[in-house]
Amino acid sequence: MGKFFAVMLAIITLISAYFVVAHTWWLPQDVSLAGPALDHQFNETMWESGILFLAGQFALAYFVWKFGDKKDGRKVKQWPGGHKPVVAFGIIIVGLEVLALSLVGSKVWANAYLTPAPADALHVDVQAEQFAFFFRYAGPDGVFGAVHADKMSDASGNYFGLDPEHDIAARDDIVVGSLTIPVNRPILLTLHSRDMIHNFYVPELRIQQDIVPGLEIPIHFTATKTGKWEIVCTQLCGLGHYQMKAYLQVLSQGEFDDWLKQQSGD
Amino acid sequence: MHDMSAQPAVHHHAPPQGFIRKYVFSLDHKVIGLQYIGLALVAVFLGMVLSWLMRIHLGWASFAIPGLDKISPNGAPGGLITPEYYLSLMTMHGTIMVFFVLTNAPFAGFGNYFLPIQIGAEDMAFPRFNMMSFWTTFVAFIVLIAAFFVGDGPPLAGWTSYAPLSSVGGDAGPGQAMGQTLWAVSIGLFCIGQLLGSLNFIATTLDLRTKGMKLSRMPLSTWAWFITACIGLLAFADLLPACILLILDRTAGTSFFTPANLVVSDKLQPHSGGSPLLWQHLFWFFGHPEVYIAIVPGFGIISHILPVFARKPLLGGTRVMIGSMIALGFLSYMVWGHHMFLSGMNPFSAILFSVPTLIITIPSTIAVLMWTGSVYGAKMRFTTPCLFCLGFISVFISGGISGFFLAQPSIDIFLHATYFVVAHFHFVMAVAAIFGIFAGIYFWAPKMFGRMMNETLGKWHFWLTFIGVYCIFMPMHYLGLAGNVRRYSAFTADYLVPLIPVHKFITIAALLTGAAQFIFLYNLIHTRYWGPKAPDNPWEATSLEWSTTSPPPFDNFGGKHPVVYQDPYEYGVEGPQDYVMQTTPGKIAGA
Repeated sequence: MGKFFAVMLAIITLISAYFVVAHTWWLPQDVSLAGPALDHQFNETMWESGILFLAGQFALAYFVWKFGDKKDGRKVKQWPGGHKPVVAFGIIIVGLEVLALSLVGSKVWANAYLTPAPADALHVDVQAEQFAFFFRYAGPDGVFGAVHADKMSDASGNYFGLDPEHDIAARDDIVVGSLTIPVNRPILLTLHSRDMIHNFYVPELRIQQDIVPGLEIPIHFTATKTGKWEIVCTQLCGLGHYQMKAYLQVLSQGEFDDWLKQQSGD
Repeated sequence: MHDMSAQPAVHHHAPPQGFIRKYVFSLDHKVIGLQYIGLALVAVFLGMVLSWLMRIHLGWASFAIPGLDKISPNGAPGGLITPEYYLSLMTMHGTIMVFFVLTNAPFAGFGNYFLPIQIGAEDMAFPRFNMMSFWTTFVAFIVLIAAFFVGDGPPLAGWTSYAPLSSVGGDAGPGQAMGQTLWAVSIGLFCIGQLLGSLNFIATTLDLRTKGMKLSRMPLSTWAWFITACIGLLAFADLLPACILLILDRTAGTSFFTPANLVVSDKLQPHSGGSPLLWQHLFWFFGHPEVYIAIVPGFGIISHILPVFARKPLLGGTRVMIGSMIALGFLSYMVWGHHMFLSGMNPFSAILFSVPTLIITIPSTIAVLMWTGSVYGAKMRFTTPCLFCLGFISVFISGGISGFFLAQPSIDIFLHATYFVVAHFHFVMAVAAIFGIFAGIYFWAPKMFGRMMNETLGKWHFWLTFIGVYCIFMPMHYLGLAGNVRRYSAFTADYLVPLIPVHKFITIAALLTGAAQFIFLYNLIHTRYWGPKAPDNPWEATSLEWSTTSPPPFDNFGGKHPVVYQDPYEYGVEGPQDYVMQTTPGKIAGA
């Protein structure tokens, strides 16, 4: 039974590792400025923890193989050198990994979350609700109109609760159902929710952030490739959670300018 | 009815005679322990069936599940699960498994039965508290199950029940009216039961140890239950008021967790001033320690059983493992924020929460090294409980490894709320804890029932389960790498569609692995009534539970108080037998 266990464990371990090594399923392509640092950190972690995974499983399998026989004459043996070197080994190996990961990882995090958006960032206001995202551009005047909770209504299509009748700044605000941005330009999103906690997740941008009602949460990023990707909600927000999504369209600056003009013209 | 003052002292030990006092409202810790295990067994099979329904829906949504429309005409019309019913199944699966299985069985169940026996006590310190603890938990379970049958359906906010989805009531959608209130009441009751139990465990461990049972001579399982009780006393004292505040938000018009200006279903909500993040802080201040409430008893049970079948003491003796468990318990209170890296709390705090989270891997690694190192030089006896111990070590390694990723806020940006997280916590706390429970049941069944479980069936059960859990949960890591979001009842996003074949594979694995659990159920029930009689010490083990009869008499040691002379794990010693019982007097040769 000992040898059988060891072989089975080794097979399970190798199959598990195979799909990681082969990248059968892997992170989608990265299209953001901050993404490479995150991916690098991810790969580092995969290497270090992958080695620990293989070492742990194979050590267990090897010992069970070696000490699983039924020879009666044999006496039990203690680990040579006692437990102290083993404990020290554990503390040093894992401690070093912890140190390395937290030092380097903190930089990646700080880059995404602790630095303000550049001054020239394009500002887009995001409103999440059950079960849709809406995006608002300030329009030619560069100023967002004020929002009024009592005016928010899906029935009348006033997703942000604007009051263009009394609020000049709100009159030229552009409200759309998908996020269109120019490539290679910093984008600042201000995330709002009017009902539940939602989330803004674009795997290709390496961005994920909860959208919390009552809070105004800024995130910023720069897309480095043109194309179309999905924005999905990852925070359970009710029965339609699974289909809450919007598209992210990254255009060249020229195409974006045309698009924006077209929206203002409507 | 008898006059107490007229009874001789010896009658203090007489068991109750009536059926109700003996089996229902029993004060006997052994009966209460079995009641907890029985409740956990009902809960685990229910939770498993719920996961089957979820998996079938994810793999083959158009398959009409026979009979389901009878049980839930609204949730599954024609046997087809609706999106909201899927979320309800998920919520109930999580709640039932975490609370009524992973807390009840390894801690309250085995702990109640064996903690007093392992320290040589007649019963728990507060038998009436103990009875109240179980029956409060039982009522909590009934209240939770009732949520399946209320008007607009069972709650769907997940086992974490984040506000405002959980706090605004029916406007939030189906399941969020009566069902969610029942959820909060059930969990509040559960907290009361656990608080009573934790107090009892702590008092019993500190006050009722028999002569010679120094703290250093306590078996590691008892240490684990004691440490878990200390964790639980703080954790459930936090969740109870959180549940009360949630109930007030839902029913009394308060706004603890509900902010102003919410427009839900086009209706402006009459709330102001609450914070959804407050619920998350209160919940995870409980929720993270809860993970250790589930797994630390597993540490203790594995550490208690492995030496028996390795025929040698644990590497590092008891002290290293006790240190690891205390470190885990202590650190478990400093890391709750790692569930909230992306919640909108101050991003500086993510780094603060990340460091202790990574540090937790150190005591975990030391524990794994001690177990693995104990197999070195052993004379392994591959019984079913031994196999489950080895399986525990393997799945705990697999689950622990993914913690390195999730502990880092930067990588969490990508992996948060994906199946990677589902894989991580199922391996490290659910499957590992379940393997601990299985190891415990196969190991202690001879003592609890006085009968031996069938080894052949046990080994089939082990192998099918061990291979099965890897087939279910390892692919979930890969799904997470591809950005597959959890808590989706269907995968309609373009980038998720190619992943559906992986979900089908997982569904098949889950159905087969679940089916294998019926081998265990058959074995358990058959053993309980018809299994071969067990000797007092079938495994040649050393601790006090093996020095009394199988099953133990009402007062555990037949009117005697055992005296302890030895450390708990004296295996591999010289002499006619290779072990020394804790009750054996004298000095051990060569020790």
